[in-house]
Amino acid sequence: MANDQKYALAMSGRKPGIRGKLPVLSTTGPISIWMIIFVMLPLIYVLVISFMTRNVYGGIEPAFTFENYTTMLQPLYLKIILKSFKLAFITTVICLIVGYPMAYWIAGKPPKTAAKLLMLVMIPYWTSSLVRLYSVNLLAMPNGFLNTALMKLGIISEPLDILYSDTVVLIGLLVACLPFSVLPLYSSIEKLDKSLLEASKDLGAGPVTTFRRVTIPQTRGGIVGCIILVFIPSLGMYYVTDVLGGGKVMLIGTLIKNQFLVTKNWPFGASMAILLILITLAILLIYSKFGKMEDLEVV
Amino acid sequence: MTEPIVRLQNVNKFFGDNHVIKNLDLDIEEGEFLTLLGPSGCGKTTILRMIAGFEDATSGVITVEGEHVEDKEAFERDVNTVFQSYALFPHMTVYDNIAYGLTVKKVPKPEIKERVREMLELVQLMGFEGRRPDMMSGGQKQRVAIARALINNPKVLLLDEPLGALDLQLRKQMQIELKRLQQKLNITFVYVTHDQEEAMTMSDRIAVMRGGVIEHLATPKEIYGRPKTRFVAGFIGESNLFSGTVASVEGDRAIVDTDVGRGMMPAEDFKPGDPVHLCVRPEVMQYSTQPVDGFTISGQVKNMIFVGSQYRTLLEQPGHPDVKINRVKVDNSYREGDVLYLHWALDDVTGIRAKEDSDGE
Repeated sequence: MANDQKYALAMSGRKPGIRGKLPVLSTTGPISIWMIIFVMLPLIYVLVISFMTRNVYGGIEPAFTFENYTTMLQPLYLKIILKSFKLAFITTVICLIVGYPMAYWIAGKPPKTAAKLLMLVMIPYWTSSLVRLYSVNLLAMPNGFLNTALMKLGIISEPLDILYSDTVVLIGLLVACLPFSVLPLYSSIEKLDKSLLEASKDLGAGPVTTFRRVTIPQTRGGIVGCIILVFIPSLGMYYVTDVLGGGKVMLIGTLIKNQFLVTKNWPFGASMAILLILITLAILLIYSKFGKMEDLEVV
Repeated sequence: MTEPIVRLQNVNKFFGDNHVIKNLDLDIEEGEFLTLLGPSGCGKTTILRMIAGFEDATSGVITVEGEHVEDKEAFERDVNTVFQSYALFPHMTVYDNIAYGLTVKKVPKPEIKERVREMLELVQLMGFEGRRPDMMSGGQKQRVAIARALINNPKVLLLDEPLGALDLQLRKQMQIELKRLQQKLNITFVYVTHDQEEAMTMSDRIAVMRGGVIEHLATPKEIYGRPKTRFVAGFIGESNLFSGTVASVEGDRAIVDTDVGRGMMPAEDFKPGDPVHLCVRPEVMQYSTQPVDGFTISGQVKNMIFVGSQYRTLLEQPGHPDVKINRVKVDNSYREGDVLYLHWALDDVTGIRAKEDSDGE
């Protein structure tokens, strides 16, 4: 009886119905509508057309097929997918190798200096990435700065033919991605408890062992973050291959773009886009697993 | 006497312009429990870190077992540290934490297993092998930290305020346990704390530090009963201090004129005219309602407080800190406002030679 009264009181105080939901709707409502219209519906559309047939004039026939997915298994496309992975992987590894010492060095500086150094890392990131890529393009041209300098120095006798090659695409990916790698690494190294390093030394471990057994496990969050922030974008950055690959280097991002804009095979482009989304999701899934483990360890 | 296990000779340490350790000499004997005690910023932790190898001395000599260690890295020294914040590796289990020192030395696995088991038994943490440090209480983490250090059989164990983060009950229990461990293993402990009671409870010897200098190095009893400097008298326990000069020496006693009246102390090698501080502990301060021969110090009873374990009487003296008298039993023969005459036995007073540098409190 008393409980019933309490319940009634609680209910009357709460006032269910449109008035109770108003704060929720007014705050998250607009963004939800935005997300539904501009993210979810297009994604569903892409998913749907990936199972449809291309018609002769570049349109879409509403006929269900798996063909778009089976086409990807052709050696030509498999090769492109594989190459995309290879370049993204190399980019990630180099970003880690270059970014980690840099982040470690910055994290060891007093806060004011560290902020300035991080600013230096970030300035190129704020510059349009197209501008940065065209500057790489200029540098790599046969009569560009790089070749002129190397020839003047007598290191090479003929201009290197690196423009529109895998090498220059890789350089482009590095230029685009390096700032992203330093930031997560910095934030995790900066949080590293220095007394753990002292404890490791105290227990007889030299610098290498300490790095391997304490520093790396303790900064794993930053390392995984760096991998995510570099690997996923570098899989899809089609404009890098556009500017630096000159159509000679074909990666998965360029392939998707071409299917939509050049050859007008939307269903095939859509199926590749879905593949890329699935890969991204898989990587994020792995991250969330690692992330959780890390949370447990850090607390 | 055998050679000290750790010896610091004429050690100086600067942090920038800050002279934190000043010409310090310290011999630590094998198997003793030595405590570095002092207020924060006195340099006690710096000394510990120099012995461990985390800080380099700016000048001076540090030896462990007669061997110079100034140029040795922390991982090359046969000393181990228990850190203030435990510094357990969060990504490792208790087992891996304790085994760490042996693992990096590439000791065979079965031996490591055996030693870790011994250590867990020693610190009474059997069954905790698989736990992560974040799943343990402060006291348990403390034990893991101690086990992790002791498994390496260090010649010296350095402890940097290891009980600071624990609550009072647990701290007292751990004090006794640490002392038991130290006696059982017969390892030299160098212990840093700012808690005088902790230092008194556990130490064989205490080095009381202030401003980068050891003011008094002696047994707890000696430090409490016969403090060497005014600072030590004030820092360790409660004390009543009277400043004055020696008026005359009569046989084995010296008459001292203080700023609040006349008192006495053992003559020792004091001469008339020497400036001196008289230190009398509150529990041995005597009083009577009539003046006593040779003493002219008196005060008015300001208040009487029951502080739990004892009754405290404060006597007011114009221009001088209140005089404290502590007694286990309440004395109803006087009340607030009464005047009491103070005196003491010659055994209960310490004459501290007044020096310029140790006067500035």
